[in-house]
Amino acid sequence: MTASDLYKEEILDHYKNPRNFGEMTNPTVSYQEDNPLCGDRLFLQLIIDGGKVTDVRFKGEGCAISTASASLMTEYIKGKTLPELEKLRGEDVLEILGIANLSPARLKCALLPLEGLRHALTKYQSLTGNN
Amino acid sequence: MFDVEKIRQDLPILEREVNGHPLVYLDSAATSQKPRSVMAAVDGYYNAHNANAHRGVHTLAEEATKMYEDARAKVARFINARSSAEIVFVRNTTEALNLVVWSWGKANLKPGDEIILSEMEHHSNIVPWQLLAREVGASIKYLPFDENGKIQISDLKSQISARTKAVSLVHVSNSLGTVNPIKEMARVVHEAGALFIVDGAQSVPHSKVDVQSLGADFLAFSGHKMLAPMGIGVLYGRAELLEAMPPFLGGGDMIKTVSLSGATWNDVPYKFEAGTPNVAGAVGLAAAIDYLEGVGLSNVRAHEVKLTTYALACLQPLAGITLYGPLDPEERGGVLAFNLRGAHPHDLASVLDSEGIAVRSGHHCTMPVHARLGIAASVRASFYLYNMEDEVDRLIEGLSKAKKILQV
Repeated sequence: MTASDLYKEEILDHYKNPRNFGEMTNPTVSYQEDNPLCGDRLFLQLIIDGGKVTDVRFKGEGCAISTASASLMTEYIKGKTLPELEKLRGEDVLEILGIANLSPARLKCALLPLEGLRHALTKYQSLTGNN
Repeated sequence: MFDVEKIRQDLPILEREVNGHPLVYLDSAATSQKPRSVMAAVDGYYNAHNANAHRGVHTLAEEATKMYEDARAKVARFINARSSAEIVFVRNTTEALNLVVWSWGKANLKPGDEIILSEMEHHSNIVPWQLLAREVGASIKYLPFDENGKIQISDLKSQISARTKAVSLVHVSNSLGTVNPIKEMARVVHEAGALFIVDGAQSVPHSKVDVQSLGADFLAFSGHKMLAPMGIGVLYGRAELLEAMPPFLGGGDMIKTVSLSGATWNDVPYKFEAGTPNVAGAVGLAAAIDYLEGVGLSNVRAHEVKLTTYALACLQPLAGITLYGPLDPEERGGVLAFNLRGAHPHDLASVLDSEGIAVRSGHHCTMPVHARLGIAASVRASFYLYNMEDEVDRLIEGLSKAKKILQV
Protein backbone atom coordinates (compact mmCIF):
# COMPACT_ATOMS: atom_id res chain seq x y z
CA MET A 1 0.00 0.00 0.00
CA THR A 2 1.55 3.31 -1.05
CA ALA A 3 1.48 6.38 1.16
CA SER A 4 -1.11 8.01 -1.11
CA ASP A 5 -3.36 4.93 -0.86
CA LEU A 6 -3.03 4.91 2.90
CA TYR A 7 -3.70 8.61 3.36
CA LYS A 8 -6.71 8.72 1.07
CA GLU A 9 -9.37 11.40 1.23
CA GLU A 10 -11.69 9.63 3.66
CA ILE A 11 -8.93 8.97 6.22
CA LEU A 12 -7.67 12.56 6.06
CA ASP A 13 -11.23 13.89 6.34
CA HIS A 14 -11.87 11.86 9.50
CA TYR A 15 -8.46 12.92 10.84
CA LYS A 16 -9.09 16.60 10.30
CA ASN A 17 -12.79 16.54 11.17
CA PRO A 18 -13.18 13.65 13.56
CA ARG A 19 -16.77 12.63 14.28
CA ASN A 20 -17.96 12.12 17.85
CA PHE A 21 -14.95 14.09 19.06
CA GLY A 22 -15.13 15.68 22.50
CA GLU A 23 -16.15 14.81 26.00
CA MET A 24 -19.46 14.02 27.69
CA THR A 25 -20.43 14.84 31.25
CA ASN A 26 -22.70 11.82 31.73
CA PRO A 27 -20.96 8.75 30.29
CA THR A 28 -21.88 5.28 31.51
CA VAL A 29 -18.24 4.28 31.16
CA SER A 30 -14.96 6.00 30.25
CA TYR A 31 -11.62 4.46 29.36
CA GLN A 32 -8.18 5.87 28.59
CA GLU A 33 -6.15 3.78 26.16
CA ASP A 34 -2.43 4.54 25.68
CA ASN A 35 -0.08 3.51 22.91
CA PRO A 36 3.38 3.25 24.49
CA LEU A 37 5.07 3.23 21.08
CA CYS A 38 4.15 6.78 20.16
CA GLY A 39 2.65 8.23 23.32
CA ASP A 40 -0.74 8.49 21.65
CA ARG A 41 -3.70 8.60 24.00
CA LEU A 42 -7.32 7.89 23.31
CA PHE A 43 -10.03 8.75 25.81
CA LEU A 44 -13.26 6.93 24.98
CA GLN A 45 -16.67 7.51 26.58
CA LEU A 46 -19.83 5.49 26.04
CA ILE A 47 -23.44 5.83 27.05
CA ILE A 48 -24.91 2.37 27.30
CA ASP A 49 -28.67 2.13 27.61
CA GLY A 50 -30.84 -0.95 27.24
CA GLY A 51 -27.88 -3.06 26.21
CA LYS A 52 -26.98 -0.68 23.38
CA VAL A 53 -24.40 2.03 22.84
CA THR A 54 -26.63 5.10 22.45
CA ASP A 55 -23.89 7.71 22.36
CA VAL A 56 -20.10 7.87 22.19
CA ARG A 57 -17.32 10.45 22.34
CA PHE A 58 -13.58 10.25 22.02
CA LYS A 59 -10.71 12.64 22.37
CA GLY A 60 -6.97 12.51 22.55
CA GLU A 61 -3.89 13.05 20.51
CA GLY A 62 -3.29 10.60 17.73
CA CYS A 63 -1.96 10.10 14.24
CA ALA A 64 -4.19 10.20 11.18
CA ILE A 65 -4.63 6.44 11.23
CA SER A 66 -5.65 6.12 14.88
CA THR A 67 -7.82 9.26 14.81
CA ALA A 68 -9.63 8.24 11.62
CA SER A 69 -10.07 4.76 13.03
CA ALA A 70 -11.60 6.17 16.22
CA SER A 71 -13.84 8.51 14.24
CA LEU A 72 -15.12 5.78 11.90
CA MET A 73 -15.40 3.21 14.67
CA THR A 74 -17.44 5.51 16.91
CA GLU A 75 -19.81 6.15 14.00
CA TYR A 76 -20.12 2.43 13.48
CA ILE A 77 -20.79 1.41 17.08
CA LYS A 78 -23.57 3.89 17.76
CA GLY A 79 -26.83 1.92 18.07
CA LYS A 80 -25.06 -1.45 18.20
CA THR A 81 -25.85 -3.94 20.98
CA LEU A 82 -23.18 -5.15 23.38
CA PRO A 83 -23.14 -8.69 21.92
CA GLU A 84 -22.66 -7.15 18.46
CA LEU A 85 -19.74 -5.10 19.72
CA GLU A 86 -18.13 -8.06 21.41
CA LYS A 87 -17.97 -9.70 17.99
CA LEU A 88 -16.19 -6.69 16.45
CA ARG A 89 -12.75 -7.81 15.25
CA GLY A 90 -9.65 -6.04 14.03
CA GLU A 91 -10.42 -7.08 10.44
CA ASP A 92 -13.83 -5.40 10.73
CA VAL A 93 -12.22 -2.14 11.83
CA LEU A 94 -9.73 -2.29 8.94
CA GLU A 95 -12.62 -2.90 6.56
CA ILE A 96 -14.44 0.14 7.95
CA LEU A 97 -11.20 2.11 7.49
CA GLY A 98 -10.81 0.69 4.00
CA ILE A 99 -7.11 0.01 4.40
CA ALA A 100 -5.12 -3.18 4.13
CA ASN A 101 -1.51 -4.34 4.44
CA LEU A 102 -0.55 -2.06 7.29
CA SER A 103 2.85 -2.61 8.85
CA PRO A 104 2.65 -4.16 12.34
CA ALA A 105 3.55 -0.83 13.98
CA ARG A 106 0.86 1.09 12.10
CA LEU A 107 -1.63 -1.72 12.70
CA LYS A 108 -1.37 -0.81 16.39
CA CYS A 109 -2.39 2.76 15.52
CA ALA A 110 -5.38 1.51 13.55
CA LEU A 111 -6.50 -0.87 16.28
CA LEU A 112 -5.92 1.41 19.28
CA PRO A 113 -9.59 2.57 19.29
CA LEU A 114 -10.80 -1.03 19.17
CA GLU A 115 -8.53 -1.88 22.12
CA GLY A 116 -10.03 1.08 23.95
CA LEU A 117 -13.56 -0.11 23.14
CA ARG A 118 -12.80 -3.62 24.40
CA HIS A 119 -11.35 -2.30 27.64
CA ALA A 120 -14.26 0.10 28.09
CA LEU A 121 -16.76 -2.75 27.63
CA THR A 122 -14.86 -4.97 30.09
CA LYS A 123 -14.86 -2.10 32.56
CA TYR A 124 -18.60 -1.63 32.03
CA GLN A 125 -19.25 -5.31 32.68
CA SER A 126 -17.21 -5.29 35.86
CA LEU A 127 -19.02 -2.13 37.01
CA THR A 128 -22.46 -3.58 36.38
CA GLY A 129 -21.67 -7.20 37.19
CA ASN A 130 -23.02 -8.17 33.75
CA ASN A 131 -20.89 -10.92 32.35
CA MET B 1 41.28 12.48 5.20
CA PHE B 2 37.60 11.99 6.00
CA ASP B 3 35.84 10.44 3.01
CA VAL B 4 32.16 9.68 3.55
CA GLU B 5 31.85 7.82 0.22
CA LYS B 6 34.63 5.50 1.26
CA ILE B 7 33.07 4.97 4.69
CA ARG B 8 29.71 4.13 3.11
CA GLN B 9 31.35 1.35 1.09
CA ASP B 10 32.19 -0.33 4.40
CA LEU B 11 28.52 -0.63 5.38
CA PRO B 12 26.68 -3.13 3.18
CA ILE B 13 23.22 -2.20 4.51
CA LEU B 14 23.56 1.27 2.99
CA GLU B 15 23.33 -0.37 -0.44
CA ARG B 16 19.81 -1.52 0.36
CA GLU B 17 16.67 -0.27 -1.25
CA VAL B 18 13.57 0.37 0.83
CA ASN B 19 10.19 0.71 -0.87
CA GLY B 20 11.91 1.13 -4.22
CA HIS B 21 14.28 3.89 -3.08
CA PRO B 22 17.90 3.81 -1.92
CA LEU B 23 17.83 3.65 1.88
CA VAL B 24 18.39 6.94 3.72
CA TYR B 25 19.15 5.87 7.26
CA LEU B 26 18.60 8.77 9.66
CA ASP B 27 18.00 6.78 12.84
CA SER B 28 21.49 6.17 14.22
CA ALA B 29 20.54 7.65 17.58
CA ALA B 30 18.31 4.57 17.94
CA THR B 31 20.96 2.18 16.64
CA SER B 32 23.88 2.54 14.26
CA GLN B 33 24.58 0.42 11.20
CA LYS B 34 27.61 -1.88 11.21
CA PRO B 35 30.71 -1.87 9.05
CA ARG B 36 31.99 -5.08 7.47
CA SER B 37 35.04 -5.14 9.76
CA VAL B 38 32.81 -5.41 12.84
CA MET B 39 30.75 -8.22 11.37
CA ALA B 40 33.95 -9.95 10.21
CA ALA B 41 35.37 -9.75 13.72
CA VAL B 42 32.24 -11.36 15.18
CA ASP B 43 32.27 -13.99 12.43
CA GLY B 44 35.96 -14.62 12.94
CA TYR B 45 35.42 -15.14 16.63
CA TYR B 46 32.62 -17.67 16.10
CA ASN B 47 34.35 -19.40 13.20
CA ALA B 48 37.71 -19.92 14.85
CA HIS B 49 37.80 -19.17 18.58
CA ASN B 50 34.38 -19.65 20.16
CA ALA B 51 34.48 -21.00 23.71
CA ASN B 52 33.30 -19.87 27.11
CA ALA B 53 35.59 -17.17 28.51
CA HIS B 54 37.14 -17.58 31.97
CA ARG B 55 36.19 -21.25 32.02
CA GLY B 56 38.53 -24.03 31.05
CA VAL B 57 42.16 -24.37 30.09
CA HIS B 58 41.78 -25.66 26.58
CA THR B 59 43.12 -23.59 23.70
CA LEU B 60 39.81 -22.19 22.50
CA ALA B 61 38.83 -21.16 26.04
CA GLU B 62 42.16 -19.37 26.41
CA GLU B 63 41.72 -17.63 23.07
CA ALA B 64 38.16 -16.56 23.83
CA THR B 65 39.25 -15.25 27.24
CA LYS B 66 42.10 -13.32 25.68
CA MET B 67 39.87 -11.78 23.02
CA TYR B 68 37.31 -10.78 25.64
CA GLU B 69 39.94 -9.23 27.92
CA ASP B 70 41.72 -7.53 25.02
CA ALA B 71 38.38 -5.92 24.15
CA ARG B 72 38.05 -4.71 27.71
CA ALA B 73 41.54 -3.20 27.61
CA LYS B 74 40.68 -1.50 24.32
CA VAL B 75 37.52 0.04 25.81
CA ALA B 76 39.54 1.21 28.82
CA ARG B 77 42.06 2.97 26.55
CA PHE B 78 39.27 4.35 24.37
CA ILE B 79 37.66 6.29 27.22
CA ASN B 80 40.93 6.77 29.13
CA ALA B 81 40.00 4.70 32.19
CA ARG B 82 42.83 4.11 34.64
CA SER B 83 42.62 0.34 34.21
CA SER B 84 40.64 -2.47 32.61
CA ALA B 85 39.19 -3.28 36.03
CA GLU B 86 37.08 -0.14 35.66
CA ILE B 87 35.28 -1.55 32.61
CA VAL B 88 32.23 -3.73 33.28
CA PHE B 89 30.64 -5.34 30.25
CA VAL B 90 26.85 -5.23 30.31
CA ARG B 91 24.12 -5.51 27.70
CA ASN B 92 23.51 -1.82 27.11
CA THR B 93 23.27 1.62 28.70
CA THR B 94 20.03 0.70 30.43
CA GLU B 95 21.64 -2.27 32.16
CA ALA B 96 24.68 -0.18 33.09
CA LEU B 97 22.47 2.44 34.76
CA ASN B 98 20.42 -0.24 36.52
CA LEU B 99 23.65 -1.75 37.82
CA VAL B 100 24.63 1.56 39.42
CA VAL B 101 21.13 2.10 40.81
CA TRP B 102 20.68 -1.36 42.30
CA SER B 103 24.22 -2.00 43.46
CA TRP B 104 25.62 1.39 44.49
CA GLY B 105 22.27 3.13 45.02
CA LYS B 106 20.60 0.49 47.13
CA ALA B 107 23.66 0.15 49.34
CA ASN B 108 24.18 3.88 49.84
CA LEU B 109 20.84 5.68 49.75
CA LYS B 110 18.82 6.23 52.92
CA PRO B 111 15.38 7.71 53.60
CA GLY B 112 15.48 11.48 53.03
CA ASP B 113 18.41 11.34 50.60
CA GLU B 114 18.05 13.11 47.29
CA ILE B 115 18.89 12.19 43.72
CA ILE B 116 19.17 14.84 41.02
CA LEU B 117 18.22 14.01 37.44
CA SER B 118 17.05 16.27 34.62
CA GLU B 119 13.89 16.62 32.59
CA MET B 120 15.80 15.59 29.46
CA GLU B 121 16.80 12.14 30.69
CA HIS B 122 16.03 9.00 28.71
CA HIS B 123 13.55 6.75 30.52
CA SER B 124 16.46 4.45 31.38
CA ASN B 125 17.93 7.20 33.55
CA ILE B 126 14.61 7.98 35.25
CA VAL B 127 12.68 4.77 35.84
CA PRO B 128 15.40 2.81 37.71
CA TRP B 129 15.92 5.80 40.04
CA GLN B 130 12.17 6.09 40.61
CA LEU B 131 12.01 2.41 41.53
CA LEU B 132 14.95 2.79 43.90
CA ALA B 133 13.68 6.04 45.45
CA ARG B 134 10.37 4.38 46.24
CA GLU B 135 12.12 1.38 47.75
CA VAL B 136 14.58 3.27 49.98
CA GLY B 137 12.50 6.37 50.71
CA ALA B 138 14.74 8.79 48.79
CA SER B 139 13.39 11.63 46.65
CA ILE B 140 14.21 12.83 43.14
CA LYS B 141 14.68 16.39 41.92
CA TYR B 142 14.64 17.22 38.24
CA LEU B 143 16.71 19.97 36.63
CA PRO B 144 14.59 21.79 34.05
CA PHE B 145 15.75 22.71 30.56
CA ASP B 146 15.13 26.16 29.10
CA GLU B 147 13.59 27.21 25.77
CA ASN B 148 16.92 26.48 24.05
CA GLY B 149 16.95 22.97 25.45
CA LYS B 150 19.71 23.75 27.93
CA ILE B 151 20.19 22.96 31.61
CA GLN B 152 21.47 25.92 33.60
CA ILE B 153 24.40 25.23 35.92
CA SER B 154 22.79 27.69 38.35
CA ASP B 155 19.82 25.31 38.68
CA LEU B 156 22.16 22.47 39.55
CA LYS B 157 23.91 24.70 42.10
CA SER B 158 20.64 25.74 43.72
CA GLN B 159 19.14 22.24 43.84
CA ILE B 160 22.19 20.39 45.11
CA SER B 161 22.64 20.10 48.88
CA ALA B 162 24.16 17.91 51.56
CA ARG B 163 21.16 15.60 51.12
CA THR B 164 22.11 14.99 47.46
CA LYS B 165 23.81 11.59 47.18
CA ALA B 166 23.78 11.14 43.41
CA VAL B 167 23.45 13.26 40.29
CA SER B 168 22.79 11.32 37.10
CA LEU B 169 22.69 13.25 33.83
CA VAL B 170 22.75 12.64 30.14
CA HIS B 171 25.84 13.84 28.26
CA VAL B 172 24.08 14.40 24.92
CA SER B 173 20.28 14.40 24.86
CA ASN B 174 18.78 11.81 22.49
CA SER B 175 15.81 14.04 21.69
CA LEU B 176 16.96 17.65 22.09
CA GLY B 177 20.54 17.00 20.96
CA THR B 178 21.81 19.23 23.77
CA VAL B 179 25.43 18.68 24.78
CA ASN B 180 25.50 19.20 28.52
CA PRO B 181 28.54 20.88 30.15
CA ILE B 182 29.43 17.69 32.01
CA LYS B 183 32.90 18.82 33.10
CA GLU B 184 31.57 21.94 34.78
CA MET B 185 28.66 19.99 36.27
CA ALA B 186 31.06 17.38 37.65
CA ARG B 187 32.87 20.05 39.64
CA VAL B 188 29.61 21.27 41.20
CA VAL B 189 28.51 17.72 42.01
CA HIS B 190 31.82 16.74 43.57
CA GLU B 191 32.06 19.95 45.61
CA ALA B 192 28.72 18.98 47.14
CA GLY B 193 30.10 15.53 47.93
CA ALA B 194 27.71 13.66 45.64
CA LEU B 195 28.39 10.98 43.07
CA PHE B 196 28.18 11.83 39.37
CA ILE B 197 26.76 9.33 36.89
CA VAL B 198 26.82 10.15 33.18
CA ASP B 199 24.67 8.60 30.46
CA GLY B 200 27.05 8.56 27.51
CA ALA B 201 24.83 6.62 25.09
CA GLN B 202 24.72 9.52 22.62
CA SER B 203 28.16 11.01 23.30
CA VAL B 204 30.70 8.18 23.36
CA PRO B 205 29.88 7.05 19.77
CA HIS B 206 30.23 10.55 18.34
CA SER B 207 33.13 12.33 19.99
CA LYS B 208 36.18 11.71 22.14
CA VAL B 209 35.07 11.06 25.72
CA ASP B 210 37.77 10.95 28.37
CA VAL B 211 36.39 9.82 31.72
CA GLN B 212 39.25 11.32 33.69
CA SER B 213 39.01 14.77 32.19
CA LEU B 214 35.18 14.59 32.28
CA GLY B 215 35.15 13.83 35.99
CA ALA B 216 32.44 11.18 35.83
CA ASP B 217 32.30 8.59 38.61
CA PHE B 218 30.29 6.31 36.36
CA LEU B 219 29.78 6.42 32.60
CA ALA B 220 27.27 4.20 30.80
CA PHE B 221 27.15 3.54 27.05
CA SER B 222 25.99 1.01 24.47
CA GLY B 223 27.98 -0.73 21.76
CA HIS B 224 25.15 -0.87 19.25
CA LYS B 225 25.02 2.91 18.90
CA MET B 226 28.73 2.98 17.98
CA LEU B 227 28.95 0.51 15.08
CA ALA B 228 29.16 -2.56 17.37
CA PRO B 229 26.62 -5.39 17.68
CA MET B 230 23.53 -5.20 19.88
CA GLY B 231 23.77 -6.74 23.32
CA ILE B 232 27.12 -5.35 24.41
CA GLY B 233 27.41 -2.24 26.54
CA VAL B 234 29.77 -0.74 29.06
CA LEU B 235 29.67 0.58 32.56
CA TYR B 236 32.79 2.51 33.49
CA GLY B 237 33.16 3.04 37.22
CA ARG B 238 35.99 4.36 39.35
CA ALA B 239 37.77 1.28 40.73
CA GLU B 240 37.35 2.18 44.39
CA LEU B 241 33.60 2.63 43.91
CA LEU B 242 33.23 -0.66 42.07
CA GLU B 243 35.28 -2.45 44.71
CA ALA B 244 33.05 -1.21 47.53
CA MET B 245 29.80 -2.07 45.76
CA PRO B 246 27.82 -5.27 46.35
CA PRO B 247 27.14 -7.54 43.36
CA PHE B 248 24.25 -6.77 41.01
CA LEU B 249 23.42 -10.19 39.57
CA GLY B 250 24.53 -13.44 41.17
CA GLY B 251 25.75 -16.54 39.36
CA GLY B 252 28.75 -18.02 37.63
CA ASP B 253 32.01 -16.09 37.12
CA MET B 254 31.16 -13.39 39.68
CA ILE B 255 32.24 -15.49 42.66
CA LYS B 256 35.52 -16.64 44.17
CA THR B 257 34.05 -19.40 46.30
CA VAL B 258 30.58 -20.76 46.87
CA SER B 259 29.51 -23.02 49.69
CA LEU B 260 26.05 -23.98 50.81
CA SER B 261 26.18 -21.28 53.45
CA GLY B 262 27.34 -18.38 51.26
CA ALA B 263 29.75 -17.05 48.68
CA THR B 264 32.68 -14.68 48.29
CA TRP B 265 32.88 -12.27 45.40
CA ASN B 266 35.29 -12.21 42.54
CA ASP B 267 37.45 -9.11 41.94
CA VAL B 268 36.14 -6.20 39.89
CA PRO B 269 35.02 -6.08 37.17
CA TYR B 270 34.14 -9.81 37.25
CA LYS B 271 32.05 -9.35 40.38
CA PHE B 272 29.52 -7.61 38.15
CA GLU B 273 29.58 -10.03 35.23
CA ALA B 274 27.47 -12.99 36.28
CA GLY B 275 26.94 -15.74 33.74
CA THR B 276 28.46 -16.40 30.34
CA PRO B 277 29.54 -13.05 28.91
CA ASN B 278 28.87 -11.72 25.42
CA VAL B 279 32.36 -12.43 24.09
CA ALA B 280 31.33 -12.00 20.45
CA GLY B 281 29.76 -8.66 21.31
CA ALA B 282 32.91 -7.49 23.08
CA VAL B 283 35.03 -8.58 20.10
CA GLY B 284 32.66 -6.65 17.81
CA LEU B 285 32.90 -3.61 20.08
CA ALA B 286 36.71 -3.74 19.91
CA ALA B 287 36.51 -3.82 16.10
CA ALA B 288 34.07 -0.88 16.19
CA ILE B 289 36.52 1.11 18.32
CA ASP B 290 39.29 0.29 15.82
CA TYR B 291 37.06 1.54 13.03
CA LEU B 292 36.12 4.76 14.81
CA GLU B 293 39.71 5.46 15.79
CA GLY B 294 40.80 4.74 12.23
CA VAL B 295 38.46 7.48 11.03
CA GLY B 296 39.22 9.66 14.04
CA LEU B 297 36.61 10.72 16.61
CA SER B 298 37.32 14.40 15.97
CA ASN B 299 36.59 13.82 12.26
CA VAL B 300 33.35 12.05 13.16
CA ARG B 301 32.30 14.99 15.30
CA ALA B 302 33.31 17.57 12.66
CA HIS B 303 31.35 15.67 9.99
CA GLU B 304 28.25 15.55 12.17
CA VAL B 305 28.49 19.25 13.02
CA LYS B 306 28.69 19.99 9.29
CA LEU B 307 25.67 17.79 8.53
CA THR B 308 23.69 19.26 11.41
CA THR B 309 24.51 22.80 10.25
CA TYR B 310 23.30 21.91 6.76
CA ALA B 311 20.15 20.15 8.02
CA LEU B 312 19.26 23.06 10.32
CA ALA B 313 19.69 25.50 7.44
CA CYS B 314 17.41 23.36 5.23
CA LEU B 315 14.75 22.69 7.86
CA GLN B 316 14.45 26.10 9.53
CA PRO B 317 12.99 27.98 6.53
CA LEU B 318 10.34 25.30 5.87
CA ALA B 319 6.84 26.49 6.68
CA GLY B 320 5.22 24.73 9.62
CA ILE B 321 8.42 23.18 10.98
CA THR B 322 9.20 23.46 14.69
CA LEU B 323 12.70 22.39 15.71
CA TYR B 324 13.56 21.42 19.28
CA GLY B 325 16.83 21.87 21.15
CA PRO B 326 19.75 24.28 20.75
CA LEU B 327 20.02 25.92 17.32
CA ASP B 328 23.81 26.26 17.42
CA PRO B 329 25.25 23.10 15.79
CA GLU B 330 28.36 23.38 17.98
CA GLU B 331 26.17 23.02 21.06
CA ARG B 332 24.35 19.91 19.96
CA GLY B 333 24.81 16.37 18.76
CA GLY B 334 23.67 15.18 15.34
CA VAL B 335 20.12 14.64 16.54
CA LEU B 336 17.29 16.77 15.16
CA ALA B 337 13.81 16.42 16.60
CA PHE B 338 11.06 18.40 14.91
CA ASN B 339 7.38 18.58 14.12
CA LEU B 340 5.45 19.65 11.05
CA ARG B 341 2.28 21.53 11.90
CA GLY B 342 -0.86 19.51 11.23
CA ALA B 343 0.97 16.23 10.72
CA HIS B 344 1.37 13.59 13.38
CA PRO B 345 4.97 12.28 13.62
CA HIS B 346 3.84 8.74 12.86
CA ASP B 347 2.14 9.81 9.66
CA LEU B 348 5.16 11.83 8.64
CA ALA B 349 7.47 8.89 9.35
CA SER B 350 5.19 6.57 7.36
CA VAL B 351 5.30 8.81 4.31
CA LEU B 352 9.08 9.24 4.66
CA ASP B 353 9.42 5.46 4.90
CA SER B 354 7.52 5.09 1.65
CA GLU B 355 10.37 7.18 0.16
CA GLY B 356 13.03 4.94 1.72
CA ILE B 357 13.85 7.38 4.51
CA ALA B 358 14.18 5.96 8.04
CA VAL B 359 13.52 8.43 10.86
CA ARG B 360 12.32 7.89 14.39
CA SER B 361 8.84 8.99 15.37
CA GLY B 362 7.31 8.97 18.82
CA HIS B 363 8.65 10.13 22.16
CA HIS B 364 12.14 8.58 21.78
CA CYS B 365 11.89 7.19 25.35
CA THR B 366 11.80 10.76 26.67
CA MET B 367 8.15 11.34 27.54
CA PRO B 368 9.00 14.07 30.10
CA VAL B 369 10.86 16.04 27.39
CA HIS B 370 7.78 15.92 25.20
CA ALA B 371 5.46 16.78 28.10
CA ARG B 372 7.64 19.80 28.85
CA LEU B 373 7.50 20.86 25.19
CA GLY B 374 3.72 20.39 25.25
CA ILE B 375 3.72 17.73 22.52
CA ALA B 376 2.94 14.02 22.50
CA ALA B 377 5.60 13.06 20.00
CA SER B 378 8.11 14.29 17.46
CA VAL B 379 10.03 13.16 14.39
CA ARG B 380 13.75 12.67 14.87
CA ALA B 381 16.44 12.56 12.23
CA SER B 382 19.85 11.57 13.56
CA PHE B 383 23.21 11.43 11.83
CA TYR B 384 26.38 9.41 12.01
CA LEU B 385 29.68 9.31 10.19
CA TYR B 386 28.16 7.54 7.16
CA ASN B 387 25.42 10.11 6.43
CA MET B 388 25.68 12.66 3.61
CA GLU B 389 24.24 16.04 2.69
CA ASP B 390 22.45 14.31 -0.21
CA GLU B 391 20.48 12.39 2.39
CA VAL B 392 19.43 15.61 4.10
CA ASP B 393 18.19 16.75 0.67
CA ARG B 394 16.21 13.52 0.37
CA LEU B 395 14.69 14.19 3.79
CA ILE B 396 13.62 17.68 2.73
CA GLU B 397 12.12 16.30 -0.50
CA GLY B 398 10.35 13.62 1.55
CA LEU B 399 8.88 16.29 3.80
CA SER B 400 7.51 18.19 0.77
CA LYS B 401 5.93 14.99 -0.46
CA ALA B 402 4.47 14.32 3.00
CA LYS B 403 2.96 17.81 3.05
CA LYS B 404 1.17 17.03 -0.21
CA ILE B 405 -0.05 13.58 0.80
CA LEU B 406 -1.13 14.61 4.28
CA GLN B 407 -2.55 17.89 2.95
CA VAL B 408 -0.84 20.11 5.48
